Amino acid sequence: MLDDFMVRATLAGVGVAFAAAPLGCFVVWRRMAYFGDATAHASILGIALSLALSISVFAGTMLVALIMALTVNMLTGRGYAMDTLLGVMAHSALAFGLVAVSFLSGIRIDLMAYLFGDILAVSRVDLSVIWGGAALVVALIGWRWSDLLTATLNEDLAYASGINPKREQLVLTLALAITVAVAIKVVGVLLIAAMLIIPAAAARPLSRTPEGMAMVAAGIGSVSALVGLRAAYVLDTPAGPSIVCVAALIFAALSIVGSLRSSSQ
Amino acid sequence: MSLIEVHNLSIRYGGHTVLSNVSLHVDAGEIVTIVGPNGSGKTSLLRAIIGAVKPSKGRVTQGADVKLGYVPQKLHIDPTLPMSVARFLALPNGVAPAAIDAALKQAGVPDLAKAQMARLSGGQFQRVLLARALIGKPQILLLDEATQGLDQPGSAAFYQQIDTVRRQTGCAVLMISHELHVVMSASDRVICLNGHVCCEGTPEVVASAPEYRALFGSGTLGALALYRHDHDHDHDHNHDALGACSHSPTEAVE
Repeated sequence: MLDDFMVRATLAGVGVAFAAAPLGCFVVWRRMAYFGDATAHASILGIALSLALSISVFAGTMLVALIMALTVNMLTGRGYAMDTLLGVMAHSALAFGLVAVSFLSGIRIDLMAYLFGDILAVSRVDLSVIWGGAALVVALIGWRWSDLLTATLNEDLAYASGINPKREQLVLTLALAITVAVAIKVVGVLLIAAMLIIPAAAARPLSRTPEGMAMVAAGIGSVSALVGLRAAYVLDTPAGPSIVCVAALIFAALSIVGSLRSSSQ
Repeated sequence: MSLIEVHNLSIRYGGHTVLSNVSLHVDAGEIVTIVGPNGSGKTSLLRAIIGAVKPSKGRVTQGADVKLGYVPQKLHIDPTLPMSVARFLALPNGVAPAAIDAALKQAGVPDLAKAQMARLSGGQFQRVLLARALIGKPQILLLDEATQGLDQPGSAAFYQQIDTVRRQTGCAVLMISHELHVVMSASDRVICLNGHVCCEGTPEVVASAPEYRALFGSGTLGALALYRHDHDHDHDHNHDALGACSHSPTEAVE
């Protein structure tokens, strides 16, 4: 079954959807959308590094995403606003990454594959990395779920309950780095943030509990991957962007239903 | 033994000293109010007590088994986060539904358990925060300008609720408040803060202290007049509250 590239691609897409769903909910609730974007952009530098040092792209991107996220975590509250810091770090890392890639003259690199993903070329090894990473992210967030929710509501309420919100922020940062690293092959650097935010945002009108929202987001992400890949196959369109297009259409449809329902109440 | 004691506490952010050498204590059943201008370190002091700020000097000690109930300033919950009131109260460790209902009843909003947090009015929201603080059966409630953003009747009703809770449970209250007439009429002790403790004592002592007058100016006269006016009435209330305290089943004191 895994010999079929479409089956492997579908499984890869669903794996990313599962990791991105609970994490994406926190990204939406905590208004960290730009954080996800910035971490993803910085990972281009990780790709350049991993090619130069001949280590796996997964390890390289995860390393850079982590360093970037930790640096931003450390520097916030020291004079610059969060979005300024993210802008400086993300775009510098992206620029340095693109320049570094140009020095790697010995290797022919398909930059487009990293910017937009190459889900149809997912190998069995890639698949195990994606599912391993996704399982790790889901386990990490599931383990910290209540504490993360409390810290998201209010930092001082968290402290009063004996929770350190800084530690919970670190958990999210770590999960974000892992997700970015596993999602690069599937949707590429430029569209990772879309897989985080769009399914979570689309799930909002259907949800009454935080857990419900994460589960609906996972469902919407998976459906987007299935339908998007099918559409890409039939219409001969790029796979990663097709997946995001389907997610966006679901978001639009559910938003309209949601606003109709709330106005009729 | 006091419920909480603060010894020579200093707090610095960066190179800036917010609080220096602050000492205070709150005993069982007391109402202690912290007043002071903006930037005087009131919120930092409360945050140090709940453990959200590490003091650069000094320490905060709690009596054995003393539980704190913390009511923050109005907090913002992103409307994209679906959360019922019951769920909010159960975080982070899970609470039995009966305890949630009891806390909501005590906070004066018995029917809100199923409501979504994002749809609450300002007054309802603050009462839900109060219910959250009450769930752990605290011996002391910490209120950080809990009525900020409420209008005058809403704020009066909220303080009324605090008073009811205190009479039912006998818990102590340490609060920050800008509403001087409330402070002066309801507090057992007032601590006037401006980076350090300017003056402290009973409301009368503080209101006539020159340091307090320097900070609050002529407004104090009005507050004092109100205080005098309400004095007998409120004294009775306090007496009731302390009486309830000594008979209360909560293990406030050894």
